[in-house]
Amino acid sequence: MSITTYSIIAIAVAALCTFATRLVPFVLFGGKKEVPQIVNYLGKVLPSSIIAILIIYCVRSVDFTSGYHGCAEISAILLTAVLHLWKGNTLISIGGGTVFYMFLIQYIFV
Amino acid sequence: MDKSAIKYAFNKTLPVLFGYLFLGSACGLLLYKAGYNFIWVFFISVFVYAGSGQMLLASLLTAQAPFATVAVLTLLLNSRHMFYGLSFIERFKKAGKMYPYMIFSLTDETYSMLCSTTLSKTVDDGKIIKAIALLDHCYWIAGCVAGALLGQILSFDFAGVDFAMTALFVVIFVEQWKSFKSHIPVYAGVICSLLSILIFGADNFILPSLILTVGTLTALRSFIERDDPKREVVKACQ
Repeated sequence: MSITTYSIIAIAVAALCTFATRLVPFVLFGGKKEVPQIVNYLGKVLPSSIIAILIIYCVRSVDFTSGYHGCAEISAILLTAVLHLWKGNTLISIGGGTVFYMFLIQYIFV
Repeated sequence: MDKSAIKYAFNKTLPVLFGYLFLGSACGLLLYKAGYNFIWVFFISVFVYAGSGQMLLASLLTAQAPFATVAVLTLLLNSRHMFYGLSFIERFKKAGKMYPYMIFSLTDETYSMLCSTTLSKTVDDGKIIKAIALLDHCYWIAGCVAGALLGQILSFDFAGVDFAMTALFVVIFVEQWKSFKSHIPVYAGVICSLLSILIFGADNFILPSLILTVGTLTALRSFIERDDPKREVVKACQ
């Protein structure tokens, strides 16, 4: 399969799956059916678990046992979190954390 | 489209304009770095239209991940969207023919905009929600395309810019951490994914860890709800 074909299919899959997640409640509960208690409960608690899992997914290929032991990742994640707790501004937190990370891997942990 | 509705929605959505131009640029830049120019980025932001989803897509495309992985990770990452719609089942009917588009364009930002927009006395709510959804989508496309163009024009070492995705998740994490008393769901997610990495390896741990987490959270339900009785997912957005 050429890279173009692969990309088009992958993008289509991502688009369809994204739409599917947004469509689910309208299909399941559009007819005024009651939302089951367990669905409601998981809707409340799952997002925090999923985001935690995704952060781990982001650093899954970092080698914490050798080299720089993930110092750049750990410190940039901490900076992002501290900035966000302090200022509560998404742009500052993401921008600050990312620029700091770029600086670390380009100049410090080369 | 109604002019007064657009004007009303534009004033409302200014924060999203800045947010999307920034986040979209980061996303466009990541996709450009992954080998997709602004034309690709335009179509991706039109059809996929998801902030964290597109960032994840950039890394999946770079790795040429199997389609099943693309599907599972996208579903998982966007699974929180399944609960957004619950608040709008009635309200979106006012959008008439645009009803499917309203569902398609229900991003985190549009969700929070719609939640914070109470019924206007002068302008029809159906027109307002359509205008908000459309404007947000335009901001997003503009931001993404701008990011891809910047990547093409600037001869700057962008190594490490992919950390923007991690940073975005950290930001969402901090907000969820602050708004809920019980942190058991977070610990459950961390422990289950570390266990899954040990058992299934770093490349296949997502699905098993999700299944483990759902099981754990279901088992601990009474415990968690005792800590956080007020935790509400469906806000009053009607």
